[in-house]
Amino acid sequence: MSELIFFINQVVIAGAVLGSVYALGAIGITLIFGILRFAHFAHGDMMTMGGFIAFLLAIGAAALGIVTPVPTGFLVLPLAMVIAAGLALGIDRAFYAPLRARGAKPVTLLIASIGVTLMIQGLIRLFFGAGTYSFFETEPKEIFRIDTTALGSTRPLVISEPQLLLIVITIVAVIALHFFLTRSRLGKAMRAMADNPDLAQVSGINTALVVRVTWIIAGALACAAGTMLALDVTLKPDLAFNIVLPIFAAAIVGGLGQAYGAIAGGFLIGFAETLAVFNWTLVLRPLNNSLPDWLQLPANLALVPTEYKLTVAFVILVVTLLVRPTGIFKGAST
Amino acid sequence: MALIELKHVVAGYGGAPILNGVDIAIEQSDIGVIVGPNGAGKSTTLKAIFGLISVTGGTITFAGEEVTNTLPDKLVPRGLSFVPQEKNVFTSMSVEENLEMGAFTRRDDFSGTMAWVYEMFPVLKEKRRQPAGELSGGQRQMVAMGRALMSKPRLLMLDEPSAGLSPRYVIEIFETIVRINREGVGILMVEQNARQALAFASRGFVLASGQNRFTGTGADLIADPEVAKSFLGG
Repeated sequence: MSELIFFINQVVIAGAVLGSVYALGAIGITLIFGILRFAHFAHGDMMTMGGFIAFLLAIGAAALGIVTPVPTGFLVLPLAMVIAAGLALGIDRAFYAPLRARGAKPVTLLIASIGVTLMIQGLIRLFFGAGTYSFFETEPKEIFRIDTTALGSTRPLVISEPQLLLIVITIVAVIALHFFLTRSRLGKAMRAMADNPDLAQVSGINTALVVRVTWIIAGALACAAGTMLALDVTLKPDLAFNIVLPIFAAAIVGGLGQAYGAIAGGFLIGFAETLAVFNWTLVLRPLNNSLPDWLQLPANLALVPTEYKLTVAFVILVVTLLVRPTGIFKGAST
Repeated sequence: MALIELKHVVAGYGGAPILNGVDIAIEQSDIGVIVGPNGAGKSTTLKAIFGLISVTGGTITFAGEEVTNTLPDKLVPRGLSFVPQEKNVFTSMSVEENLEMGAFTRRDDFSGTMAWVYEMFPVLKEKRRQPAGELSGGQRQMVAMGRALMSKPRLLMLDEPSAGLSPRYVIEIFETIVRINREGVGILMVEQNARQALAFASRGFVLASGQNRFTGTGADLIADPEVAKSFLGG
């Protein structure tokens, strides 16, 4: 029983946390691709930027003496998401919109977004340096340890407050997005524009408005993902830049342009990475007693070493592209 | 006063103009049909009216106001609708969602218009929850026309509505167009099935090389031996 709880702690919870971060990021990437037809490489840095906005607001809130039962970083998240959405709109207006107006090719926009990546990272390093920050320097990080002795386990079930909040936020965001895309006039217009941009224009859909809404959603969700990731680990200038490739893999595996695909892809890659680096010996150890002496489990029975965790996303990506090039949910193939 | 009037319109895709002075005028009670050989600028004329390509000369007036080079999101609320020839439905969206997108510019209650469209195309009501991409070619054309009617247009423009349809559907689509016109919507359409379309057209325009060659009632054009010889295959 202890082994099962260990497995839940190490794989189920960790995978759900990683999957939530990937899913929130991949939704933004897939929506931007669906509407604007380019791979937004700077999305990871929008997540980091969101984390820093929340960090500044949290410092401000602490200076004002605001004390709450939830982490301050979580409390200021709604305001941070609004600011991040505004910044996303500003970035589009300043860098991408002028290129679109000149009929730039998707690859030009991709390269522009690499420029935005460098710019955001540079600005963050300019103001915050290259060090790491924690949201929990002034307040304790609450960790829930659920006693499982009743189930015959010696280990508790462990989940930290930020991890729990992250999973809750992801569920809420996914449900809200679902209702937005299927029930609201603007959400349907977004799907229409992703489906057939020319016909959307002919129908009189205000395409500039749809583009703005896309940036607002993508920017706000990126901020939520970045902040929650920073709450779970620490805040640093390359926080989400390091995971932008698995996030892209999640969006592609799910089917580019498909919001539900991005969610599925995010959790698929999150769980796959966690499972791949999991040391199975720790769970299978009780078997050692029944195994003959010459066949003992090795000390480490993980599929891939932890430092190669990122390759898992690429293996899944390559397999998906070979077997089903449009992704699980049949997105765009380009 | 004509509902829509094109005066010496010159337009193209950036290079040499495709339209070299097209004149068209029709009333809301009219069914106008544009015919002509391939490359004559028939579809280009509709795109020029709808602001999809830039007009470099001449004027377009709709309901008394000049609308030259006006974009669709401003034209649709004024009462102009367009059904493109290809890719004219949102394939991943349900039939009903397709119709809702046609009403995007309307902020009032459009359930009455939707009931009217379903009455016109009963098969769409049966399939309203199905993705439009799963429908047959003829049914897709109905979705496309229904979508364009959802904005309650005064003028409906159709680009080759019968292209690629079986003869049975061609007759059905043409009958529906006549019915839509009787309910007070002006029609301006481009057709390859020239003789069939001119038969019910109140105004016919024969274009060649981006210019008007013959203009008259549909019956006049069919009866004109020169039009028949050059453009209607004898």
